Amino acid sequence: MKQWRFEVFSRPATSGAGSDDAGGRDVLGDIKELGIDTVQQVQSARVFLVEGDFDEVFAKRIGGELLADPVCENFYIGKSTAPAGLAKATIIEIHLKSGVTDPVAESVMTAIGDMGKSCQTVRTARKYILFGEINDKQLKKIVRRLSNDCIEVVVIGTNAEPPSPHLGQYELELKTVDITKLGEQQLVELSKKMDLFLNAVEMKTIQDYFKSLGREPTDIELEALAQTWSEHCVHKTLKSSVDFDFDGEKIHFDNLIKETVFGATKQLNKEWCISVFKDNAGVIEFDDTDAICFKVETHNHPSALDPYGGAATGIGGVLRDPMGTGLGAKPIANTDIFCFAEPDKSFDEIPRGVLHPKRIAKGVVAGVRDYGNRMGIPTVNGAIFFDDRYLGNPLVFCGNIGIMPRDKCFGKVSGGELVMVVGGRTGRDGIHGATFSSGALTGEHETVFSHAVQIGNAITEKKTLDTLLRAREQGLYSAITDCGAGGLSSAVGEMGAELGAEVELEKVPLKYAGLSYTEIWISEAQERMVIAVKPEELEKISKIFADENVEATVIGKFTNDKKLTLKYQGTQVGQLDMDFLHNGLPKYSRKANWSSKKLSEPALEAKENYNDDLLKVFSTYNIASKEWVIRQYDHEVQGGSVVKPLGGIANDGPNDAAVVQPKFDSDKGIAIGCGMNPLYGDIDPYWMTLAGIDEAIRNVICVGARPDRIALLDNFCWADCKKEETLGSLVRAAQACFDGAVAFGTPFISGKDSLNNNFICDDGKEISIPATLLISTMGIVDDVKKCVTADLKSAGNLLFIVGLTKNELGGSHYYKIKNQLGANVPKTDLRTAKLTAEKIHKAIDAEFVASCHDCSEGGLAVAISEMAFAGGLGVLVDLQGLPKTDDCTRLDAQLFSESCSRYIVEVRPEKFNDFAKLMLGVPFGQIGQVTEDKNLIIKSSLGKTVINASIGDLKDAWQRPLKW
Amino acid sequence: MTQINALVLRAAGINCDVETQHALQLAGAEAQRIHVNRIIGNPDLLDGFQILVIPGGFSYGDDVAAGKILANQIIHHLADRLREFIESGKIVLGICNGFQVLVKTGILGKIEPAGKQQITITYNDSGKFEDRWVYLEPSSEKCIFIEQGRRIYLPIAHGEGKVVFENEGVFEKVKADDRIVFRYVDEDGNFGPFPVNPNGSTDSIAGLCDSTGRVMGLMPHPERFVRFTQHPHWTRLGDKSRADGRTIFDNAVKYVKQNFL
Repeated sequence: MKQWRFEVFSRPATSGAGSDDAGGRDVLGDIKELGIDTVQQVQSARVFLVEGDFDEVFAKRIGGELLADPVCENFYIGKSTAPAGLAKATIIEIHLKSGVTDPVAESVMTAIGDMGKSCQTVRTARKYILFGEINDKQLKKIVRRLSNDCIEVVVIGTNAEPPSPHLGQYELELKTVDITKLGEQQLVELSKKMDLFLNAVEMKTIQDYFKSLGREPTDIELEALAQTWSEHCVHKTLKSSVDFDFDGEKIHFDNLIKETVFGATKQLNKEWCISVFKDNAGVIEFDDTDAICFKVETHNHPSALDPYGGAATGIGGVLRDPMGTGLGAKPIANTDIFCFAEPDKSFDEIPRGVLHPKRIAKGVVAGVRDYGNRMGIPTVNGAIFFDDRYLGNPLVFCGNIGIMPRDKCFGKVSGGELVMVVGGRTGRDGIHGATFSSGALTGEHETVFSHAVQIGNAITEKKTLDTLLRAREQGLYSAITDCGAGGLSSAVGEMGAELGAEVELEKVPLKYAGLSYTEIWISEAQERMVIAVKPEELEKISKIFADENVEATVIGKFTNDKKLTLKYQGTQVGQLDMDFLHNGLPKYSRKANWSSKKLSEPALEAKENYNDDLLKVFSTYNIASKEWVIRQYDHEVQGGSVVKPLGGIANDGPNDAAVVQPKFDSDKGIAIGCGMNPLYGDIDPYWMTLAGIDEAIRNVICVGARPDRIALLDNFCWADCKKEETLGSLVRAAQACFDGAVAFGTPFISGKDSLNNNFICDDGKEISIPATLLISTMGIVDDVKKCVTADLKSAGNLLFIVGLTKNELGGSHYYKIKNQLGANVPKTDLRTAKLTAEKIHKAIDAEFVASCHDCSEGGLAVAISEMAFAGGLGVLVDLQGLPKTDDCTRLDAQLFSESCSRYIVEVRPEKFNDFAKLMLGVPFGQIGQVTEDKNLIIKSSLGKTVINASIGDLKDAWQRPLKW
Repeated sequence: MTQINALVLRAAGINCDVETQHALQLAGAEAQRIHVNRIIGNPDLLDGFQILVIPGGFSYGDDVAAGKILANQIIHHLADRLREFIESGKIVLGICNGFQVLVKTGILGKIEPAGKQQITITYNDSGKFEDRWVYLEPSSEKCIFIEQGRRIYLPIAHGEGKVVFENEGVFEKVKADDRIVFRYVDEDGNFGPFPVNPNGSTDSIAGLCDSTGRVMGLMPHPERFVRFTQHPHWTRLGDKSRADGRTIFDNAVKYVKQNFL
């Protein structure tokens, strides 16, 4: 077998046809960003290593017809050397580690097959030739920037060889682990040694179980238990009983989440909720024939180590939730929310083991872009929050909404049905992902847990989705779930929880040889779904998959013995009682406390003019335009977008929520929004949570969603909850979830938590994320043709504010630019919040509203400016009309307070009476008029001009920070 | 034949097939989505259709280069049948990824049928995938999909949309052959740099046809503007009937009606 090496270069741009070397240019930019200016030029090449029995003539055809573009690229067979006579050149080649998924290689193999020859292996690499003097230290820095240790190997110089693609075969060697005679300390050590992340009580419970069986466990049994019982899979903290001390008052919860988040849903008992907190996503009614489901997941730890792969598999993973809900939903919209440290940092400020926040941001966005776009699912909603406490633990929330017929919302497994794994093959990727996600990160994680990082292949998932939907339509399987965190172990374990299952592990298709039976069982390789198939349907369903090149393999069957039995080549390698696996986890009781913070308001000098402050607030990373990100996502594929993430006269103004219309034959739509503000949590997580709920609801109300058909999702991301104060802040947030959901009549339908988001630096210093609760909303829009956007529509229209402005600058962005926190956090008035939302909806439904914008981060001045520059129009604001509390006398509070439940509404003069009549009962006032002259002028109640800025300048301040 | 049959080609990673089918149905065609494997298995299936559309997406992940793997598959399994399809007077439309495929199969990428590919589509000058709306000025007189003089507004969503020619001669030949169908312009019809020309395409080219005018490929997505609520700021517009993408499908159907029924 001969190995052929192909190098593909851009053709120099000298001829009219040439294209410039975009890859090289990007890398040169990256190197300059590192502060290295001795590199003058970078040339990039794509490298393909192909093993196959063919001659040079055919090799040349592969190079010319397949690998290189005939017009703008050249190919070279063999290893090219840098042209002589130029400045010193350094060659860097970046290869994937053995066994890492390489989608391009798979496609090249197929394509060579189409050309009539087969080949044994294909691998791809990136090659960069750096021209210019660099020293070893600089080279190291560059390599670190260009490659990722977790998944890639770097080869430097012309003579170095890439790693071999061949891995040894695995031979069965059954491993048992002696635990029954160990003491508590030894059990803890064993857990640590095996990376099980199980604590002493859990290890003791497992020991007792095996003592009762009279034998020692095998490694696969311990790994399966560790995975099923991991924080990531079972959410033991949120389900534990909690003794909460709140300013000295004692409150007890038997099961924290059940009595708060779930409790609200139970109390509301909405008939339009179809399946909540049970399945992979929460399901509600859409119309008479269809249901929609929504799930938001986090993929934080993997994204910290490999931003691109971590975020890509984050979106890939969450897509499999709707696909694995009921009998499978079709994904129709993505949402992505990220938390990063502020990007303008020098490398000296970055602890070892942490990637630069700008690199994380770029990598995460690219990962979501490439996976989401390839899947053909529009990414329609999102947010980015910057705070330096996310330095060690960036947060990546990926969400997806799916649609399915109402009679396909539930699956049911029966004994005797076959366990079939569909989609991607199993590899070593993602091993220990679930357990690893359940601990704190340290500088060592990069090397120790590199295998926990997973690599995605969106096209495999897309093919799997296409075929599964066809099989679903024909009713060829009876239950489905995804292989998410916990892999086959968790998927088969969950599906067979009530019945039992037997799996023959050697039948699982592998990406490469060498995996042990345990690795097969716990691998978190992507793009795999598990279905239950009746034996009589096997032939039919197998054909559907085979027709479109999707791998589907029967790996076992569901039984009736209530046991999980694992075999490898006929040998039983593990057997656990399903009851112990799923219900054996000891129940926890934890202590939590929260003491109200003693904070005060800063003494800021009153000013006559707030132009500078407004521009500064606009240029904070949190408020700044995210257009750089949004444009990289396809937000229109599937043809259902009604309100896009950007709108207004130049298609670049902010919208409050996205609206999609999932069915071509119906004008019904879905509005998607989110709310999150960790700064408020620094004052009190209770009010942070209510503000988040209020904002997420306002978002969807602003575009036209019905207030009585809004479902909520919670995503708790917290630091180390073994600390009583940290857990206390979480309890405060959970309490607010209950109060908010009940008051608004908006049930939580699904959620997920990610705890232990803290990073321990080499010197022992801990960087903990702030309490971060993402609230996502999904609301029904009855008629998308009545949707409203935030951009001002025409001069002469009247501008109203609905909702009360209070002296609430605590945690505001205005205080942030002054490096202050303050004390007066916005407090949602739950009595008026719902009423206000209902009235705004009525006004939109009656078509009284020309535009509507949520007044939140940055306050009234920001909200009005956004509406103005989005519409390309000016506004004359008179604060005399501002409904406010008596203590809200300061101008800066009136302009920048982030009080909740406020909407800015543009109304045509002829609709004034109707609108005003409708608003009776909630605080509202006319605060201005839309003007032609493209300036924002705000006058105080005394008639003094306090802001006078051109909308062009405001827009520029808003767009500049993240124009990467 | 009494009805207009359109085939919307599916393949691994093609992802605009459903909305493309919908757009064809709105225009009055019976549209079916069929996987390329089925066509390769039974190329006679092509005979039942007068319109073939290769929709947008990321066929085979756009691995190696956009559209390349699917183009390779078509070259090695369907080239002759596709040529017959076109020679029999039927029509082919490639949208976004479908345009890339048509160029890379040579159908739109050559200037001589027997020659080699001399036109290609490569990475945007910005180096990024971008979703934005663009104005398109029609120019070809022979292309059956367009209406002369009617500037249209459509979204693009691609990372590789820059049309490039091997040399000036190839470009001149394509121009002389009236094969340039659409050019990116601003609202008033003027050419300009990014973002007016969103990818740096030669001569602001957004779409090309073959020498018959019956095979067209374009980067923008007409199937994404078949209802007025798809317009990026429809809430500002008075005209609630606008749906520029419809014209392309309507013209395709009209052509088949006139020539085949």
